Amino acid sequence: MPSLGADMEAGKLTTWKIKPGDRVKRGDIVAEVETEKADIDVEIFATGIVQELLVQPGEKVPVGTVLATIREDGEAAAAPPPPAAPASERMRISPIAKKLAAELSVDITTLHGTGSGGAITREDVERAAAAKPIEKPAAAPSDFQTGMRRAIAAAMARSNREIPHYYLETEIDMHRALEWLQAENLKRTIKDRLLPAVLLIRAVTCALKDIPELNGYWINDHLEIRKSVNVGFAISLRQGGLITPAILNADEKNVDQLMAALSDLVARAREGHLRSSEISEGTITITNLGDLGVETVYGVIYPPQVGLVGFGRIQERPWASNGMLGVRPVLTATLAGDHRATDGRRGAQFLQALDRYLQEPEKL
Amino acid sequence: MTEAEIRNQIFDILHRIAPEGDLDRLDPNENLREALDIDSFDFLNVLVGIHEKLGVNVPEADYRQVLTLRGMMEYVNKHRKNS
Repeated sequence: MPSLGADMEAGKLTTWKIKPGDRVKRGDIVAEVETEKADIDVEIFATGIVQELLVQPGEKVPVGTVLATIREDGEAAAAPPPPAAPASERMRISPIAKKLAAELSVDITTLHGTGSGGAITREDVERAAAAKPIEKPAAAPSDFQTGMRRAIAAAMARSNREIPHYYLETEIDMHRALEWLQAENLKRTIKDRLLPAVLLIRAVTCALKDIPELNGYWINDHLEIRKSVNVGFAISLRQGGLITPAILNADEKNVDQLMAALSDLVARAREGHLRSSEISEGTITITNLGDLGVETVYGVIYPPQVGLVGFGRIQERPWASNGMLGVRPVLTATLAGDHRATDGRRGAQFLQALDRYLQEPEKL
Repeated sequence: MTEAEIRNQIFDILHRIAPEGDLDRLDPNENLREALDIDSFDFLNVLVGIHEKLGVNVPEADYRQVLTLRGMMEYVNKHRKNS
């Protein structure tokens, strides 16, 4: 069961799209999983032959549970399992493991011991307990405690608990970008029209090439910078709640490709048909609340990412330039940064780069 | 096409974008995007629908004229007659 979000602890397998004996390749959709936020198509990252489906449709299992076994190309067929010890043989189990099994309601007769001489250890019991299907909670949820809100609450609480946020904001004169956009859209049919959001995404991907430390994960006390820029985009759902799937390899897409990718992502997010890689592989998130009239966004970083870029609405404001006062369409852009990964100086350089790219939209 | 037919086509387009919206109770002078919680993606899809179903292209410069139901109907009516 893949982790399809920082907050996700378990998922329900709803459908298998493969069966034992099928040949699968990397990227194939093999199952559908129901999470608290959406139904997600799960992709496989191996190539080979399906051997066994270990979880049945309808079963809810913790993140990390093995769902199926695949014999990858080049691997020998699995050896038959060793014969089970006769039931009459005395079970070899440490006292602490026995006590823990009783506490966690683990059936020790189903365990394969990894200790000396095949003894069942504490770790064997803990692993078995973690792999047990989670029972549905008995308490009736309040209005607040819908699955979606619970998932968001868990993720945001974890973020505030673990990530030392710092915040920076800057105002960006958008008149060149909007003039360029309007001229470009006159050349396009209405179906190919570009939205301002796409320029913002493109500018973010360019700025991340200059400041790569904001594109990655904080894992095991260190920053892992990612080569690809997979931009998570916060999308509101009509039934309430928010989801942030990623446009994968956004840095390799031009503005037209970004617009197509974003339109497709928004449509599928609202239909509940996202891919697991889109949910789990975002390397930075953008939240754009300009449509709702918000001027400034102070976002909460989605762990294990280390940055979140917020955009407010574009509005006309007085703007002084070269000693002259005028009126310009201005946007407030903010950066929420993980202070373990970057500091204010690098964050400021990122916002500076973002502004610079938006002043030359023809180069985006 | 009569005004009622144009209105029905627009309602059909809006219903696909915002199926939970109560279109019959929509104030014709109310901002459609606020009333139906339509974001910029949805709004563009509304305009694509108007182009495909009613043959009227709304350039960006005219967006402000089609923000209400009344404005949208008047714009479509005017541009269908002129085409």
